[in-house]
Amino acid sequence: MTTLHGATAATGDSGRAQIVAFLIMTGLLIAAPAVIYPIFLMKALCFALFACAFNLLLGFGGLVSFGHAAFLGTAGYVSAHAAKEWGLPPELAILGGTAAATLLGLVFGLIAIRRQGIYFAMVTLALSQMVYFYCLQAPFTGGEDGIQAVPRGMMFGFIDLRQTMTLYAVVLTIFLGAFLLIYRTIHSPFGQVLKAIRENEPRAISLGYRVDHYKLLAFVLSAAISGLAGATKSLVFQLATLTDVHWSMSGEVVLMTLLGGLGTIFGPVVGAFVIVAMQNYLAQFGAWVTIIQGAIFVICVLLFRRGIIGELGRVLKKAL
Amino acid sequence: MTIKRMLGTAAAVLMAAGTAQAQMSDGGIKIGVLSDMSSLYTDLSGAGSVLAARMAVEDSGIAGRSIKVEIVSADHQNKADVGSNTARQWYDVDKVDVIVDTPNSGVALAVNEISREKNKVFLVSGAASSDLTGSKCSPNTIHWTYDTWALANGTGNAIVKTGGDSWYFLTADYAFGHALERDTEAVVLKNGGKVNGKVRHPLNNADFSSFLLQAQASKAKIIGLANAGGDTTNAIKQAAEFGIVKGGQNLAGLLVFLTDVHGLGLPTAQGLIFTEAWYWDMNDANRAFAKKFSAANRGIHPTMIHAGVYSAVTHYLKSVEALKSDADGKAVVARMKATPTEDTLFGKGTIRADGRKIHDMYLFEVKAPAESKAPWDYYKLRATIPAADAFRPVADGNCPLTKS
Repeated sequence: MTTLHGATAATGDSGRAQIVAFLIMTGLLIAAPAVIYPIFLMKALCFALFACAFNLLLGFGGLVSFGHAAFLGTAGYVSAHAAKEWGLPPELAILGGTAAATLLGLVFGLIAIRRQGIYFAMVTLALSQMVYFYCLQAPFTGGEDGIQAVPRGMMFGFIDLRQTMTLYAVVLTIFLGAFLLIYRTIHSPFGQVLKAIRENEPRAISLGYRVDHYKLLAFVLSAAISGLAGATKSLVFQLATLTDVHWSMSGEVVLMTLLGGLGTIFGPVVGAFVIVAMQNYLAQFGAWVTIIQGAIFVICVLLFRRGIIGELGRVLKKAL
Repeated sequence: MTIKRMLGTAAAVLMAAGTAQAQMSDGGIKIGVLSDMSSLYTDLSGAGSVLAARMAVEDSGIAGRSIKVEIVSADHQNKADVGSNTARQWYDVDKVDVIVDTPNSGVALAVNEISREKNKVFLVSGAASSDLTGSKCSPNTIHWTYDTWALANGTGNAIVKTGGDSWYFLTADYAFGHALERDTEAVVLKNGGKVNGKVRHPLNNADFSSFLLQAQASKAKIIGLANAGGDTTNAIKQAAEFGIVKGGQNLAGLLVFLTDVHGLGLPTAQGLIFTEAWYWDMNDANRAFAKKFSAANRGIHPTMIHAGVYSAVTHYLKSVEALKSDADGKAVVARMKATPTEDTLFGKGTIRADGRKIHDMYLFEVKAPAESKAPWDYYKLRATIPAADAFRPVADGNCPLTKS
């Protein structure tokens, strides 16, 4: 009883810390465009959302997917195609992209959750490579040229996304909305069962949970949010290319999540900002970018395995 | 080494002499070299393009006329989103007036759209896609050195005319490869040649043996390589192992650069035929440029892309100076189109309304090791394709700018 009570108290305490952290993050993100280039911020937000979606699956479900680029990229292509060729307004284009990623996630999930560990990872990798080759060959994706000059258009008919700051507000809203959805999911009974499955799957089964249903749902949710990130990204950059479906993107999201802190709530956001900032601000160092990125990864794994936010949380004795 | 070169660039950036003239926006001209600094196109563009741009600025003597010119550079990592982010940031925050080079058609098409939107100038030397002066043409873009149509046409046309009338295609199985194969095949057929067959191979293929054996068995005189980068060099290497060139067949590369030939070495690459816009060992002016360039570039000699960057920046600076302003990208490009081009590397030329720079193209054959007299002495000229025939006719390009 004492332990249980202690645990509840700790959760309550961490809950407060998380609310404070959320408010700080929101405040920073609202103030940021005054100092930092907004397009860069939007790119970082899209990747932060992508990393959060990935973290939902890996950090809380314990499922290592090496195929998440497929969801990001497919959604990007579908929403770019919908906005450019079909002339759909941006909100429908984003919804379309997200729906495509969700469906794809359902297919991937149904096949992949039958296996565990490395086999699960390999199945997702194989499936995402199939998606990559489809995108390379399909006429509508434009091969290695990608879909270019995607119109940003008017959201809901009256929000002009061609204004950079308006677009930033929309992207920030999408990000915060999806972030809260993930937060709610993790703290719901569903999230608790997911964590139980991660910790000890046979025990969860013996308690009567249909673990496959939970895993599939988590997988589809993660795919859908990755798709939301990809669809938003294609409107921000007005293009969709093979970069987003390439397997190295699946690797990058692992790097972001690990660097920020696996299984933490804010870690993937920090990790994504760090990686995107490196790619952006170190661009003039040419070949050194990838080397620096690799070195940081090695240092992170060797010295602070919990990631930036994980270590910070340990110092503050709060789950962030 | 790289860092040293970056510092060198930074130093060049500061070579402002005297005060900047008031008419240039933000106190001077700022040139952004957006290129591949770390991956497969590094040697054929990359840091060499930054160097070429710097040499063009130095040779123009513009600093002596109190106009400040800065050069910045960045790596797009062959990712369209990284390239597009850099281009936007350069235009919005860093006040870059013109972006040059940009190999990788995907990135170039993205920068093409952003330059149009922000009314800046985009001078393409590295990218190949002929869409840049076709359906995607822009009043802010000039495509300088070469394009896919010119390569396919030059190689296809000249080879058939010099006796290579039967072809077999080895094609990378994706949009770019299909386009190259389609364009070249059309040229071959038009000139009375025939296509004995074709085979598609997957992208980034490691083993070409079965494809090469089919090509060998086809008895075609020419094996056309409708692929790029690593696929081309792999195919050439393995063809040498099968003794295909020694057996009397010739390989025709559709996208080959001087640095590729250097990497392959003459014993492997000999007999390869392809089209380029510029070669360092063609006249004294080119040789002088190459000597200065290679001395500052680890001995790597300039490719046609480097020469194109030099030529484009030279013409840009001339036009901006004549216009006395760099603020309006469309006006600068219009001025560049209206003025005939002239520089030491490409000689006299013109720029068409669709943004296509026009000059002669050349069909080269790689020398046998015995013919090569000096390091980097790799090509012999097989034919000159006159400027009038070298590029796609305006009417076939479907460029919206040319329909009024």
